[in-house]
Amino acid sequence: MSETKKKWPLWEIFIRSQHGLSHKHVGSLHAPDAEMAVKNARDVYTRRNEGVSIWVLPAEQITASSPGEREPLYEPARSKIYRHPTFFPMPEGVEHI
Amino acid sequence: MNEQDARYDYLLQLGDNDLILGQRLAALCGHGPALEEDIAMTNVALDLIGQSRFWLSYAAELKGGDADEDTLAFLRDAPEFRNTLLVEQPNGDYAQTIVRQCFFDVWHFFLLRALSTSTDERIAGIAAKSIKEVQYHVERSGDWIVRLGDGTEESHRRTQAAVDTLWRFSGELFRSTPAEAALIESGVAVDVSTLYAPWREHMQALFDEATLTLPGDQPMQEGGKRGQHSEHLGFLLAEMQVLQRTYPGAQW
Repeated sequence: MSETKKKWPLWEIFIRSQHGLSHKHVGSLHAPDAEMAVKNARDVYTRRNEGVSIWVLPAEQITASSPGEREPLYEPARSKIYRHPTFFPMPEGVEHI
Repeated sequence: MNEQDARYDYLLQLGDNDLILGQRLAALCGHGPALEEDIAMTNVALDLIGQSRFWLSYAAELKGGDADEDTLAFLRDAPEFRNTLLVEQPNGDYAQTIVRQCFFDVWHFFLLRALSTSTDERIAGIAAKSIKEVQYHVERSGDWIVRLGDGTEESHRRTQAAVDTLWRFSGELFRSTPAEAALIESGVAVDVSTLYAPWREHMQALFDEATLTLPGDQPMQEGGKRGQHSEHLGFLLAEMQVLQRTYPGAQW
């Protein structure tokens, strides 16, 4: 039965390390379905108390930008420093800017 | 058997089930059917071995003398072990590993839940601490039962075969030894026969979902809790104990 030899699909794993922070990509793993992917992620990526929440996403659902298109995509932004909000005087005592 | 000896015997039962099943699962380390599954099963093994340390440490304190968790784990022979026959059964194919796990996990959960109100505060404490881990074990092995039972034709066939093979060892989980029975009235031990109904109900629901069939009444194998083990335990112990037996007192 060639059906049973099929490999499990790949899942991308996102973990929220603390309440208030956003989920961060930590890696990927194989699992037969989403529910098992969450369980596997728990065992593979949160064994040392790394997380409070797990998201799993089928890797094939991710659409990525192509490395070959780097120039047209990112180059135009490089020379436009005025797009950074660094030209405003900040009042003293304001943090995390 | 006086009360103290009965309690010691009971703690060995609790600790040995965890230890022997932990050792069985640890043998899968590096041999799991998939990397993710390998890590997951080894996690469960570590949970169980960790729990067995609590039980065996307490047992060693009651025994006194030079006994500690290590001498109890590594220097007892098979007839002195009090684990049930189920946990010493070989890993077999993965269906057998999972079915054995599922039978045990669900029973383990109901046992610990009842033990968390034991009149022995130490026992109640260990049970309450362990049950969080075991809750996860129950979910995990149950998930696999459903996926294997209701998976492909082959996985269904293998899982049903594992159920039929291992069912005969399920009865022992619900039979008390005389030592155990002596502790039930004082509320130290749990009357395991009361765990059968909830266990059976849980299994029935799970097996229905997994399209598997629970076997009907049949003669049950028992003896492990009295130290009468299957031939498998000796081989398991030989591997587990070889280092301490060869180099007594060796430290990590």
